[in-house]
Amino acid sequence: VSALVRGLRAFGRFWVDFLVGETPELLFAVLAMLGLTALLSLVVGWGTLCVVLLPLLVVGALTASAARERS
Amino acid sequence: VLAVDVHSSDAILVAAVFLATAVEMVEALTIVIAVGTTESWRRAIEGAAAALATLAVLVLAFGPALLKVPLDALRLVVGSVLLVFGLQWLRKAVLRSAGIRAKRDEDAKFAEAVVELSEAEAQGEGPRVAFIMAFKGVFLEGLEVVITVLTLGASAHRLGLAATTAAVAVVLVAVVGLVVARQLSGVPENAMKMGVGVMLVSFGSFWVGEALRVGWPGGDAALVGLVAFYAASCFVLLRALATGAQRRIAARQ
Repeated sequence: VSALVRGLRAFGRFWVDFLVGETPELLFAVLAMLGLTALLSLVVGWGTLCVVLLPLLVVGALTASAARERS
Repeated sequence: VLAVDVHSSDAILVAAVFLATAVEMVEALTIVIAVGTTESWRRAIEGAAAALATLAVLVLAFGPALLKVPLDALRLVVGSVLLVFGLQWLRKAVLRSAGIRAKRDEDAKFAEAVVELSEAEAQGEGPRVAFIMAFKGVFLEGLEVVITVLTLGASAHRLGLAATTAAVAVVLVAVVGLVVARQLSGVPENAMKMGVGVMLVSFGSFWVGEALRVGWPGGDAALVGLVAFYAASCFVLLRALATGAQRRIAARQ
């Protein structure tokens, strides 16, 4: 049982390191982008707007995260 | 008539998988060569081969299962993972190119591995540690390749193409790496990393958009536009960060 628990812990740690690592802000930014895109595209019906908005948000998240390191 | 149907998305997928695999394998090969030249080539090759076999089993085990997941759900999850992963790669590559963060130094990694092996040898644990180091080096770096192959391949329903591309990249890097031996620090790793980051973020945006019914103009061809947009944006960001860094250095002097 302890080997299984250790294995599961290591698996969980790997995914946390993989997705969060030293940049939790990028994970939160992607989650926010998903929420906003789903809202605009699926609920409001502004899918065309998302064609422009989604890439701009991605670049915005990258810029903000890189600026955080610089400061 | 032999009809060859090559989509732009296939070409980008092949480029992304090839570059991602090459970057990770250069990092893994540094450790394998350190083990081979310091301790034993046999142990180094055994460790690397065992890791590659384990990674291949992972692809074979999870790949077909992923193909059974409904496409929209798969693309939403995979697209999100690729966005996070790609942004992390891009951020690191941009900061390194702008001179804000130190570039990865394969020579330093090589030296670290040699020191660790020498200490193990002094304690009579050389062969065992050599095998473990080679295995861990290839397995941990390869795990990111497996995730890239599985996510990109399954979402595009081109798992065979992605896996074959990765295998070709592994063989090519191994052959070239062993020929040039310790000159891996000459590989333009950071530029390759930035290219992979651009492609991962492009695929991530595209599939998230597909799953959420964004309606990309031109279908798959929109991927090319996304790659161009993200590449241009990274260039502008890189220039801005590099200029800022130079100004701060000048202000301090």
